[in-house]
Amino acid sequence: MDIQGRKLIKIATAGSVDDGKSTLIGRLLYDTNSLTTDKIEAIERSSKQRGYDYLDFSLATDGLVAEREQGITIDVAHIYFNTAKTNFIVADTPGHVEYTRNMVTGASTSQVAIILIDARKGVIEQTYRHFFIANLLRMSHVVVAINKMDLVNYEEDIFLKIKADFDGLVAKSSFSEEQITFIPVSALKGENIARQSEAMPWYVGNTLLDHLEVLEPQDLQESAVARFPVQYVIRPKTEAYHDFRGFSGKLYGNELQVGDRVAVLPSGNESTIKSIHFFEKEVKAAAPGASVVISLEDEVDCSRGDMIVKVGEEPKSEKILAATLCQVNSKVLQVGQKYILQHGVNRVLAKVDRIEAKVHADFSGEEDTTQLRLNDIGKVHFRLSKPIHYDSYQNNKSNGAFILIDEGSFDTVSVGFID
Amino acid sequence: MLNIEVGVKYKSKLYFHMSNLFIPNPKEAESIHILREVAAQFERPVLLFSGGKDSITLVRLAQKAFFPAKIPFPLLHVDTGHNFPETIEFRDQLVAELGLELIVRKVQDSIDQGKVREERGRYASRNSLQTTTLLDAIEEFKFDACIGGARRDEEKARAKERVFSVRDDFGQWDEKNQRPELFDMLNGKIHVGQNVRVFPISNWTELDVWEYIKTENIAIPSIYFAHRREVFFRDGLIWTANEHVFREVHEEVVEKWVRFRTVGDMTCTAAVLSEAKTLEDVVAEIRESTLSERGARIDDKRSEAAMETRKKVGYF
Repeated sequence: MDIQGRKLIKIATAGSVDDGKSTLIGRLLYDTNSLTTDKIEAIERSSKQRGYDYLDFSLATDGLVAEREQGITIDVAHIYFNTAKTNFIVADTPGHVEYTRNMVTGASTSQVAIILIDARKGVIEQTYRHFFIANLLRMSHVVVAINKMDLVNYEEDIFLKIKADFDGLVAKSSFSEEQITFIPVSALKGENIARQSEAMPWYVGNTLLDHLEVLEPQDLQESAVARFPVQYVIRPKTEAYHDFRGFSGKLYGNELQVGDRVAVLPSGNESTIKSIHFFEKEVKAAAPGASVVISLEDEVDCSRGDMIVKVGEEPKSEKILAATLCQVNSKVLQVGQKYILQHGVNRVLAKVDRIEAKVHADFSGEEDTTQLRLNDIGKVHFRLSKPIHYDSYQNNKSNGAFILIDEGSFDTVSVGFID
Repeated sequence: MLNIEVGVKYKSKLYFHMSNLFIPNPKEAESIHILREVAAQFERPVLLFSGGKDSITLVRLAQKAFFPAKIPFPLLHVDTGHNFPETIEFRDQLVAELGLELIVRKVQDSIDQGKVREERGRYASRNSLQTTTLLDAIEEFKFDACIGGARRDEEKARAKERVFSVRDDFGQWDEKNQRPELFDMLNGKIHVGQNVRVFPISNWTELDVWEYIKTENIAIPSIYFAHRREVFFRDGLIWTANEHVFREVHEEVVEKWVRFRTVGDMTCTAAVLSEAKTLEDVVAEIRESTLSERGARIDDKRSEAAMETRKKVGYF
């Protein structure tokens, strides 16, 4: 909920080159009146300059000069629009084979995936990969938008054939908790985007926009419990707050409330929550997602990177780790390499102990490997310099994910989902 | 004895609300999270303060992130010398009220030192000259993180900007080589000489900012509200008639009810016709508006790729 009581829905889009993804997003913006007069004029100007006989909505989202020249999106772009009831954030990610990393990145902050399929081409290898990633990240909603229906005479049979092919894909996936919805659309013509299509009377479901508005995204966490990673210790050292010592952070998983018996990890020292603060307010309890300040009854040792959890709900604290890894940098990952592992706001050193397998992102199984390259997904075992306090990604998304930082370049090279 | 007194003061005077379950506004919570990461991950952060609504919103978010402690970094204002006087007045008041440290560096000094040359003619502006002054200030104070109020919804090139955006020694942005940002894990590791531009309200829209200012009752400079002003019309935009703004003889000065939607340098910020005198009016106007915010920025009109080109050379 935002301050106006609107729902916030975060969407990641995925499609191959020329599936019309940018056009779809441009159309959503246009149909929700989110494109301003000057932006529409700019699109009209550019479309005319290029000799198109229709409005090229993809120009609304393709941001960078290089892309405009090549006519393709090359990075994650964020787009915002809202309806009366809902705020939307769209992470627009490109669909080329080599850009798996971008979809993983966009999906990591989203709850809903829109997978685009060109009605003329049907389910292709790219579709496999997009669905695989949505599954890997355990996204709660997948919308399969079968686009360019205008180019196949709006035929229901084609829609049904693609749906059946996609269902075959679903059968291969081990993750089955997400809700999958199929919608036949024409982004170019605006059919079933915001307006129910008269050209496809056989489709009785919601338009894409209606569907996005009514869905209730949720984190699919099996047994989420409260995790409070300490970001920064607040010590005002002013006269009014002479003794105040608060632990600031963002709460994940579940609520915490005043009076809760908690443990501070890694020390394991126990105390009780004395107060929870949000700016000038003091609250009895905080919901997950809140950035608050917590103070404890006892003078326990607690600093950045430590984690406050309820007693009896402690996560694993270990110096070994097994995870599914996605390589998001061109630097190759090999056995024996050392990295800085950032888990939430905590950093430790990590060494690659073993690469169990490379996982094929098209559901075709695994193979042995000694290294992972950009866009590869693999099962990797690590040894850590110090224990971290983690859950499996399945049980607690925020506490079950990490990134690897290269010690030389400091680039973010991998993202891991803990087993 | 003293401790008890302090305790009473802290309970009664400053903590006036007590509610049951606190449910966060996700965008606000995210921004606060980002600001705390800046304080924790960097040695010398600074908040770039223009006196505009976005940087004022950042100040409020920073207050919230560190309360009851003070904001643990200074503000930096890169002064073009062509600011609206109302903005400067507002800036000094805010800094005094919150007890913040303010650093001002002037574009005029960069001009006097011969580092940049003043633009001349019809579209002359000091807006792009700010880059040099900013980079010099970063070097002078060894700032390693510069917090700014840019939002991704402002402009196409900004839609691809990261929350932590690494810049090299020359302040350059390499858009093809950006670090992916996964979940809300922020990687602020940098080498000596590099710095990071941080955008805590990346995910806010213009309407989000205005609704926040209204809900939080945040004070903003008077030029955001409708007022009578001497202006002239050029290229369909409304320009301030002022000694700093180049005007052709035939460009007639008229007095109109106007307000500003962004507060930048006078030479590159166009006004809009408006009668919105209160925050309610302004929010209602933004909701209805069909002209995007940067549509009133003269500097973006130069070419389709204007923003991207400026960003590559270190423009904020």
